Amino acid sequence: MSSEENVILNIDDACISYGGDLAVRNVSLQIFEKKITAIIGPSGCGKSTLLRSLNRMNDFIHGCEQSGRISFRDEDLYGDKMDPVEVRLRIGMVFQRPNPFPKSIYRNVAWGPDINGLEGDLDDRVEKALRQSALWDEVKDRLHESALNLSGGQQQRLCIARALAMEPEIILMDEPCSALDPVSTARIEDLLFELKENYTIVIVTHNMQQAARVSQHTAFLENGVLVEYGDTEEVFTNPKNKRTEEYVTGRFG
Amino acid sequence: MAAQSNLAWRHKKAAFFKNFCIGVTGFAVLILCLLIYQVSVLGLPWLDAQFLSSFPSRFPEKAGIKSALMGTLWLVSMTAAIAIPIGVLAAVYLEEYAKPTRLTEFININIANLAGVPSIVYGILGLAIFVRFFQLERSVLSGAMTMSLLILPVIIIASKESIRAVPGSLRQAAFAVGATRWQVIRAHVLPSALPGILTGVILAISRAIGETAPLIMIGALTYVAFVPEGPMDEFTALPIQIFNWTSRPQQEFHELASAGIVVLLLVLLMMNAVAVYIRYRGTRIK
Amino acid sequence: MKTVKPRYLENSLQVVFFMCAAISTITTVAVIGILAFETWGFLQHVSIVEFLFGTRWSPLLHPKSYGLLPLLAGTTLIVVGASLVALPIGLACAIYLSEYAGERARNVLKPVLEVLAGIPTVVYGFFALTFVTPILRTVLPQTDVFNAASAAIVVGIMVLPMVASLCDDAFRAVPDNLREGAYSLGATSFEVTTRVVVPAGLSGVFAAFVLAISRAIGETMAVTLAAGATPNLTLNPLESIQTMTAYIVQVSLGDTPAGTLTYQTLFAVAAVLFLVTLCLNIAANMIMKRFQEVYE
Repeated sequence: MSSEENVILNIDDACISYGGDLAVRNVSLQIFEKKITAIIGPSGCGKSTLLRSLNRMNDFIHGCEQSGRISFRDEDLYGDKMDPVEVRLRIGMVFQRPNPFPKSIYRNVAWGPDINGLEGDLDDRVEKALRQSALWDEVKDRLHESALNLSGGQQQRLCIARALAMEPEIILMDEPCSALDPVSTARIEDLLFELKENYTIVIVTHNMQQAARVSQHTAFLENGVLVEYGDTEEVFTNPKNKRTEEYVTGRFG
Repeated sequence: MAAQSNLAWRHKKAAFFKNFCIGVTGFAVLILCLLIYQVSVLGLPWLDAQFLSSFPSRFPEKAGIKSALMGTLWLVSMTAAIAIPIGVLAAVYLEEYAKPTRLTEFININIANLAGVPSIVYGILGLAIFVRFFQLERSVLSGAMTMSLLILPVIIIASKESIRAVPGSLRQAAFAVGATRWQVIRAHVLPSALPGILTGVILAISRAIGETAPLIMIGALTYVAFVPEGPMDEFTALPIQIFNWTSRPQQEFHELASAGIVVLLLVLLMMNAVAVYIRYRGTRIK
Repeated sequence: MKTVKPRYLENSLQVVFFMCAAISTITTVAVIGILAFETWGFLQHVSIVEFLFGTRWSPLLHPKSYGLLPLLAGTTLIVVGASLVALPIGLACAIYLSEYAGERARNVLKPVLEVLAGIPTVVYGFFALTFVTPILRTVLPQTDVFNAASAAIVVGIMVLPMVASLCDDAFRAVPDNLREGAYSLGATSFEVTTRVVVPAGLSGVFAAFVLAISRAIGETMAVTLAAGATPNLTLNPLESIQTMTAYIVQVSLGDTPAGTLTYQTLFAVAAVLFLVTLCLNIAANMIMKRFQEVYE
């Protein structure tokens, strides 16, 4: 990995368990600024759990415990001085299933900036976020209609716009295309290409083509253990580990 | 960033709001405790064998709830005998036989709305139909039929929900071995739905035990110094006796009323416990 | 193969079951028929204008007068007072139950709510008279022995469990991924609750409020015991009043012969009571249906 890359998140020896069951075991990896990092692996391998620990969404799950250190710009993400609300407003998230609020399209995007009292013109912010998520042209004439009337793919792009409107430093995406059809998936992948210039994105996916297409770095997780982490090209064309090779070539999983 | 500047204030608001909700909930529980405390302190000294085995009297120290207790027993037994079969069978019809026609939909909506009709309106109905039109007078039978109409919607709704929760695969399996519809219902649907039905029935019966207004409407006497011996006898009931004592100005009668309330609440609490137990066993079996 | 069994039993059973289901409809028809019939008789003697807009209700004492407004005012006082108690407290309890309470607290509080909901209304009446009224009279000495405020507070406590558990149902029907979406945008629990969960469950909350109001209108024993028997066109909650339901009880405690005008007033008042609560219940059921459709 080249030296010009800045580490924004440093995960050091993270273990995460639910009610005693270890879901993530001693994972250490670094997330680089303005890059897309993909986390791949078979279902139930702990990739979503790991992702959710990066903006403290696991705080809401009873019995979820965590050890090791995760630092965000050299500050302990789980330190006493760190406010989980502030973590989440700086590190946004897009979920597996589109989850727009039952409000208008406009209110969905404006909601985060509004409650957080972000400066600047709200209308401009909403338009910018919707343009970035390539939804603007489809919805600009019906901004005040319910977001629930949008198609699944549009709803997911709306959720991306909702996260973008906060201008977060990192966006976490938890299998954002798993509930979508191939056409909508392709649109979101195009969108990721556009975003990688300006955003740090961590995306969990079980779709290897997707990981190969959009990311610069790829981490392969199996049974909660980080098997391999490196440049995406390396991981897919010349994996160091046999398990990784079997997985990326589709021999198991 | 502008956002951070107000974060502390937002956290304060959130903490305040959480504590507010906890406080209000605690307050509601406190009121329940106060109510029970108030009633127990006033009533427990009066609660003895003499109180349970005496008829009402003008003299507080001689008064008791024998006729009221027996009246309630008569009333509730008859109400149960009338309302449970009708209610459960109505639910069976609506869930298992009825086709989704306009009429069925109307009956369903109608039942939902009947559940919300004030109890005193049922009392008026009982007065006009059972007491006056059928000339059943102020008998246990009139009371039981009025009460049955009142609790029928509750039984039907609970039974319907319980029957609907029985998986369709169970019915299909029984049909596939050549059972008739009634055989399927009797052998498979009703047994599976039983815990839910029983819970609903117990809650409905509890309601019948505690209802006062409809009984006053049909004229259940407030002074009855005998135990009913048949369905056509006049009667009084526990809540009526409590109402009567409460509405007198003397403190002693208020204390008698509390003692009556303690008995009433104990009966209801027991029924509730049985319902909880059945529900617990029902969910465990599933 | 043996002959096909005759299906007489099956068919006759179905008829019996249908009759059982039809009883509910017959009940409704009977209620409407009887109320309409006797109210019609009543309106032969008293004009509907006097009945609905008259300001004096005195059907038992001379000079007789049949203006419903005092009873309506009494009922309104109770409903407003009970709503002031039950709606905010019930809503706050529901928010606590669905958003903050842990599993263990829920397991304790839900049965407590059920017990509270199952306490007979006559007990609440007793509580009003022997507990709430003395407190009110200590704090505000001008309070009458029988007063609307005491009854209203107790009716509020009575409908509170219903409000709390219906609102709780509505909030728990809001999918968790909406809460997660809001938290991931940097919202606090207060913002998630008040700006996502409560708005999303709003129709359920409205339905609960409407049902609570309907229950308060039809409540009988607590108001009979604690609010008094004075048809009084007032909005002062510290005075003695009479509600529609309490009037019906008052008349039926005496022995009123059928066919008299006084007997008919029972049905006229009950008709108004029935119509108002029926409209509210239908409205609540319609709102409730809408909120069930949103997430299915």
